[in-house]
Amino acid sequence: MPETTKYLSHLELGEPDQTFLDSNELIINMGPQHPATHGVLRVILKLDGEKVLGTQCVIGYLHRGVEKIAEHRTYTMFNPYVDRMDYVAAVSNGLGYCETVEKLMNVEAPPRANYIRVILAELNRLASHMLWLGTHALDIGAITPLFYTFRDREEILKIFEKYCGARLTTHAFRIGGCQYETYDGFEQDVTKFLKFVAPKIDEYEELLTTNRIWVERTKKVGYISAEDCKALGVTGPVLRASGVKWDLRKAQPYAVYRDFDFDIPVGTHGDTYDRYLVRMQEMRQSLRILEQAVGKIPEGPIMAKVPKVIKPAVGEIYHSIEAPKGELGYFIVSDGSTQPYRVRVRPPSFVNLQALDQMVRGQLVADVIAVIGTLDIVLGEVDR
Amino acid sequence: MADETKAPAPPPSGEPKDSQGKPNPPSVEPVPAKKPGDPAAPANPGAPPGSPGKVAAPAHHEAAPAKPAGPAANPWNSEMISRLKMQYGSGIREASVYLSQSYMVLDSSLIPELLQVLRDQEQFDYCVDITALHYPEKEKPFEVIWILYSFARNERIRVKTEISDGQVLPSSFPIWPTANWLEREVYDMFGIRFDGHPDMKRILLPEDWKGHPLRKDYGIIQQDNEWVQINLGIESGQ
Repeated sequence: MPETTKYLSHLELGEPDQTFLDSNELIINMGPQHPATHGVLRVILKLDGEKVLGTQCVIGYLHRGVEKIAEHRTYTMFNPYVDRMDYVAAVSNGLGYCETVEKLMNVEAPPRANYIRVILAELNRLASHMLWLGTHALDIGAITPLFYTFRDREEILKIFEKYCGARLTTHAFRIGGCQYETYDGFEQDVTKFLKFVAPKIDEYEELLTTNRIWVERTKKVGYISAEDCKALGVTGPVLRASGVKWDLRKAQPYAVYRDFDFDIPVGTHGDTYDRYLVRMQEMRQSLRILEQAVGKIPEGPIMAKVPKVIKPAVGEIYHSIEAPKGELGYFIVSDGSTQPYRVRVRPPSFVNLQALDQMVRGQLVADVIAVIGTLDIVLGEVDR
Repeated sequence: MADETKAPAPPPSGEPKDSQGKPNPPSVEPVPAKKPGDPAAPANPGAPPGSPGKVAAPAHHEAAPAKPAGPAANPWNSEMISRLKMQYGSGIREASVYLSQSYMVLDSSLIPELLQVLRDQEQFDYCVDITALHYPEKEKPFEVIWILYSFARNERIRVKTEISDGQVLPSSFPIWPTANWLEREVYDMFGIRFDGHPDMKRILLPEDWKGHPLRKDYGIIQQDNEWVQINLGIESGQ
């Protein structure tokens, strides 16, 4: 297939001294300990002056063998582990895992639990996007947004802490529903937060959207077309910024997303600036979902009838949700025992990171930083 | 039609776990190929939410041989399947719907060809995931799974094939470039090689690591002690 040869990621890396002396080509090493790689990612850059000729990612520094651990834990015991993959969106990970096991067992969480799940998942999407915005802007050189977003993200983490006692690795959900009833004043807290945060998002946009430095650093940087996104399996805001109106919350609704009225923001140019705009719009859409959800949490039980020992029938299932970073899927195979035979996690960050090479070829070395930021990867999830 | 194709395949080499030890419930209507993830389509529609746990509960109290009875896999009847079956005949070993998710089991000789057909003619333009399963007790111990999605049809399917240890599969990198890292991970974790892959080496573990951790005969605390001693300078990582 001639059309795909451009995706070759393997570089013919020569001996360092040879490249150093014989040509203008330079191979430099970025990471694994580098503040702008958002974790321990090593990127080998092949440069001609300031121009990037190619990249090669070296990953696996955070590999903990989550999928192997799953085979040696019961379904319930594995639940907290999934929070440690995408640790800035732990709620989404837990939601995906619990829903997958529920589907395998043919159990459905009660409506009240589903509403609580949606509220927490959307709060987590906001928190994840805020962290992305702060660090992405910091990478590019704007320090102020980091303080603003971390200040406001704190309010979300406070709600998490009040709800389940944990701020990051929440382990908020159980197979079959939620473990905890909402605390007194949960709805008021969320409503108060929504009122508080809406003007803050305007504030971020005021700082950046028309800021000339920001625009120059992000427009036409890291372009990727819709076709390339599909071919490379890139999902989430990156895909939407390239003009594909696809969001699993709409395409294949899970939990109770069917009940809410919200839009899928899409971009047109597929560059870093459009991805920024799409994520900003997504934060506003999350606020819309939260506004609708918080007022009408139904009464009722928060746990479905689930046997004490979870033992799904022999079979397999794939289920995926729209995590803040893209399609997060779980493929679980049960052999009828209390431990899963195999749990495969389809991590959005891992697949999206593959597009890095495609996005930075021919660009400047400083743009690599911008593109890593705009892909919004979490290395805990890339390496698992 | 599905029975014809199922019959020649003996249970061990057929669909691995679904067809074994599971009594066929007498009255299961054929579920049409619905969207996976459709919460309005549970596999047993009569039961109120929350109660399907009953299905598994009695088996839980019974003696060991009775595995919990789940919903059965139904034949997957769709235009696409009849079209493909007409063309490839018994190369499509099985086409079923389980928990309203459709999958097909292929002969491994069909692998690059039928995947190409699925992308070019049936619009499965997004390869969600490639992964594998290890059943050490079976004659063909590895099962490789492609999870495909079509944006145009909003449909997700699984394509599976069974291979023996050491068998090399053709890479699907020319069909979906996303297969690059996904196949590398399958190689890293299971030791299944893909022919025609541009960069067939480990991705998460160090390149000179020995062993493939997601094989069932690889213990949970097992590690490449030699590598640990040489590279980390300690006796053991534990």
